[in-house]
Amino acid sequence: MIEIRFHGRGGQGAVTSAELLALAAIEEGKYAQAFPSFGPERRGAPVLAFCRISDQPIKIRANIYEPDLVVVLDASLLKVVNVAAGLKPEGILVTTSSDSPEKVKETLKIKNRLGVVDAVKIAREVLGLPITNTTMLGSLLKASGLVKKESFILPLKGRFGRVAEKNISAFERAYQETILIQ
Amino acid sequence: MAKRIGMEVSIAAAEAVKQANVDVISAYPITPQTHIVEHLAELVANGDLDADFFCVESEHSALSVCVGAAATGARTFTCTSSQGLALMSEITYIASGLRLPIVMIVSNRTLSAPLSIWNDHSDVMSIRDCGWIQFFVENGQESYDHVFAAYRLAEENSVLFPVIINMDGFILSHVIEPIELIEQGKIDQFLPPYQPVHQLHPDHPVTMGAFALPAIFAETKKAQEEALRSSMPKIIETWKAFGDMSGRYYHPVETYQAEDADTLLVTMGSYGETASVAVDKMREAGRSVGLVKIRLWRPFPFDDLKKATLHAKQLVVIDRAISVGACGPVASEVKAALYGNDQRPSVYNFVAGISGRDVTPSDFVKMVDKAEIEIAEGNKEGFEIYGVRG
Repeated sequence: MIEIRFHGRGGQGAVTSAELLALAAIEEGKYAQAFPSFGPERRGAPVLAFCRISDQPIKIRANIYEPDLVVVLDASLLKVVNVAAGLKPEGILVTTSSDSPEKVKETLKIKNRLGVVDAVKIAREVLGLPITNTTMLGSLLKASGLVKKESFILPLKGRFGRVAEKNISAFERAYQETILIQ
Repeated sequence: MAKRIGMEVSIAAAEAVKQANVDVISAYPITPQTHIVEHLAELVANGDLDADFFCVESEHSALSVCVGAAATGARTFTCTSSQGLALMSEITYIASGLRLPIVMIVSNRTLSAPLSIWNDHSDVMSIRDCGWIQFFVENGQESYDHVFAAYRLAEENSVLFPVIINMDGFILSHVIEPIELIEQGKIDQFLPPYQPVHQLHPDHPVTMGAFALPAIFAETKKAQEEALRSSMPKIIETWKAFGDMSGRYYHPVETYQAEDADTLLVTMGSYGETASVAVDKMREAGRSVGLVKIRLWRPFPFDDLKKATLHAKQLVVIDRAISVGACGPVASEVKAALYGNDQRPSVYNFVAGISGRDVTPSDFVKMVDKAEIEIAEGNKEGFEIYGVRG
């Protein structure tokens, strides 16, 4: 079982990211679960969302404390939240940032593999909005190969309807532009 | 096997209500039940579900509408949580007293005060004695499945009781997971249209909910109590028929690795699966631990519970509500079930996860550890709230 934790700010779509990832995995015939850190929704406040993916039915219903993957949707969180908390030694962290991967690694003080992409820039250019959820899914996929790219198409269309194409482009661009370092 | 579709559990539950082809829905929004009624309102507004959706000003009215509609012979649905259920409580007794086959999903949430939107079972425990048949489910599939079983059971001539499906708020209601949907043709066969025996109808006037003098009230209540108790075979029969249709079989009490276990965890609701992960961990470590899950809360399955637990040395009962001044409500029932037996396991009771506090597999292991130590030291009937600071 792979466990993924998403860090974002209320309104950026961390919960949507977790949901789309689960839907893509289920689309492939896998088992998956996605849920928010339950609470009153507050725009701008740090929020968490969780996703589990497995070949077997998932039985655990509790938050994720030792993730295999961490996805950060807002670069300002890197300094205010311990986003790498509990990340497994072999785990991967992907984040949006306009800084170089080396600099981000220094800020986070982690030894894990790291993926960095300027998702805000991509989202602004492609979607016209700084909402990084689908963009960061492209980055996550590049770093982890967790599910097939095509498996996202249906869930993205289901969620975004008319603007699905733009989200698919943002997703695709982040996939291409993510830089991975050891 | 049907394809598994990824969807939020609340949406799956609402889809089941649609597939059950209800005639009347009446509800008032409250977190975390909201997504269920929002989806149903959308289905009705879009013409995907041919039902009347009554928007009301309170939960008291929501259930009152259901009572009136069910009395005319309509298949009715409502859904609530927490304070909403508390506001309905007056009408819950009327619905069961009038023997109206209403189905309600309770997306379980803590009762105030302090104000909390998160999950526990204090809401439904506040109407424990209201005379409805009460199920607890432990995952999304069960939430979906139980809607069909609930209607078929409720509308059975020899049953005619309202049914509550307890589905843990957030922990189930807000989770996206794979659900196997059942073909409409199979549902229609399993759940034919409701044929009421007694019906409010202008052409054939009857009185429902009449005044009862002391000379008749006790007899009426006895009839109700006997009817609820004797619904047990029908409950089992309904789940059997549902299993034959869907391949998923449900029972009043279900067990996991329990047959030879010295220590048994006892849970109700969404704890079940997480606790089973803890049992696997403890079994791997060579410990004799198993799990007993209560699915049917009313009528309480005393015999099934005894059969599942009497061989054990100790039970660790995990409640998600407190009967303040006593103990957890599940533990009370478990103790009552075991009392008449000379040889019976000790019962150690934890209240855990109230107001949605996260309970992980290692928390279950810690509770078993603590209970085994306490019992070995002679504290055989302990009660505590787990994980409280200070």
